[in-house]
Amino acid sequence: MKHIDESVVQRRMKSRIRNNMILKQVFFVATLFGLFFLAVLLIRVFSQGISWINWDFITGRLSTDPDRAGIMGAILGTSWLMLVVIPVTFIVGVGTAIYLELYAKQGKFHNFIATNISNLAGVPSIVYGLLGLTLFVRTMKFGNVVLAGGLTLSLLVLPIVIVAAQEAIRAVPQHLSEASYGMGATKWQTVKKIILPAALPGILTGAILALSRAIGETAPLTVLGIPALLIPFPGSLFDTFTALPMQIYYWTLDSSLVAEYAYLAAATIIVLLVLLFLLNSIAIFIRNRFQQRY
Amino acid sequence: MAANGGSNSGAVNVREMIAEKKKKKNLSNFTEKIIPPILFLIASISLLTTVGIILTLITEAIEFFKRVPFWEFYTGTVLKPMSQNPEFGVLPLLNGTLISTAIAMLVAGPVGIMSAIYLSEYASDRARRVLKPMLEILAGIPTIVYGFFAFTFVTPIIRYFFPEVEATNILSPGIVMGVMIIPMIASLSEDAMSAVPNSMREGALALGATKLETTFKVVIPAALSGIVSSFVLGISRAIGETMIVTIASGSSKNFTFDITQSMQTMTAYIVEVAGGEAPAGSTIYYSLYAVALTLFVFTLLMNILARYVSRKFREEY
Repeated sequence: MKHIDESVVQRRMKSRIRNNMILKQVFFVATLFGLFFLAVLLIRVFSQGISWINWDFITGRLSTDPDRAGIMGAILGTSWLMLVVIPVTFIVGVGTAIYLELYAKQGKFHNFIATNISNLAGVPSIVYGLLGLTLFVRTMKFGNVVLAGGLTLSLLVLPIVIVAAQEAIRAVPQHLSEASYGMGATKWQTVKKIILPAALPGILTGAILALSRAIGETAPLTVLGIPALLIPFPGSLFDTFTALPMQIYYWTLDSSLVAEYAYLAAATIIVLLVLLFLLNSIAIFIRNRFQQRY
Repeated sequence: MAANGGSNSGAVNVREMIAEKKKKKNLSNFTEKIIPPILFLIASISLLTTVGIILTLITEAIEFFKRVPFWEFYTGTVLKPMSQNPEFGVLPLLNGTLISTAIAMLVAGPVGIMSAIYLSEYASDRARRVLKPMLEILAGIPTIVYGFFAFTFVTPIIRYFFPEVEATNILSPGIVMGVMIIPMIASLSEDAMSAVPNSMREGALALGATKLETTFKVVIPAALSGIVSSFVLGISRAIGETMIVTIASGSSKNFTFDITQSMQTMTAYIVEVAGGEAPAGSTIYYSLYAVALTLFVFTLLMNILARYVSRKFREEY
């Protein structure tokens, strides 16, 4: 063999294999970098905040004195927001998905709405805040109350619910609805009694994930002018409120003035993360337990 | 009824049943007719949201541009909205946004793509099943938590090594924002790379290429459209990110390229002005909408570009 010099091939082979092995390790370390950061973040937050969490902190009212401050107001505010976000996103999200998947004619209009939804998903959350400020707070004159905040967050996470519900409905096999039609059921009967029950686990999973996104959202609330002052607990949709992320925001900002506020912020973050963890666990449980495979 | 009634009452029963059935039929006909329009109305809410966003931004921004000339806004390097003689130049904000985005992408780009390569090409099935969901936890953490972390942990660490860095600076939120975007780029790029058929990898390997050569000369070129679109989406995410920069980068409106200093992004400006009780009708109030419109156009273009890239340049196998 004149054309291939075996010794050169052997020599290059070594460095090629070595490069492969080295870069494999580099890629592995890069993957771990994100996880390492996550671990540091969690350890830091928990070590700062966990000793501040006790019954009085959870159930207490807000106070400028770090030792007496509690987050019940923020917890109630976030709960009230959820009371708005859950029904609104569920009804509108599932309704839109049913319309798009089962009623609308496939074609230009359908594509237009689908493109629109994917564009909406990419709009920065702060822009939704301005929409909420203009539409709900000023034009409809709700003020910065639970209803305005809840509706703003609902619009924000709606694309997530719609896309999840569309995928869930699409995953219901055709033969189920055909069997239903074959038994003489009308279209709505088929949707209500066959398709929706079959798609429900997927829809619920998406809805819960959207809800957990809404709970952690801060930017739109800051634009709406949600306070973190000593305000009474919210008791209706038309009361002013504060929410967990807003509480974290104000305490973080003021931590350069009062050092203890950083620990209060960390403690509130733990409460928020535990809440998100519970929601996500429920979503995963529903997906694993009730998802039917056809 | 059937137990003690005669044949007569039985016949009545049947008639009643038929009548009832007809009534039900009418009712269900009615439902069938009424449901599609209701669903259409519900579906149009997403369309109305878009219209609402565009209308509010444009009408209020037009009001702003009546007071501050268009080109003065987009070429002005001085932003002093609160002063006696207010000046509205958006360039300091654009500069802050672009610099924080660039820092974020310098972190998220390389780390994200390397994670994607590892997950798609090197990791065993079991490792991938463990690593990928863990990485995605990063994406589920609220941005306010990242903001807290950047301000109270990353900035002090940076200042420990480089004391000249200010307490609020653009570097720390940029880095943290990058970490936040890693899972997005890793996950989307990994999807694109996993979609490259195995036969192509096997072809390269059979010719004697190492795994590394296969990855860089076969898999990445084939998956390039997906990878590029994941980068573009990452940029769009960084441009629109609010809380991290608001908390950790402060509100200095200086037009500077020094990353150790505080800079304000477009998003942080909106938070500052909207939260600061800008009286409705004042120029500073309308400036919110001009900045938001700029932000909206930026992210919209990025999202359209991402979709275009992933459709137009997709290699089909």
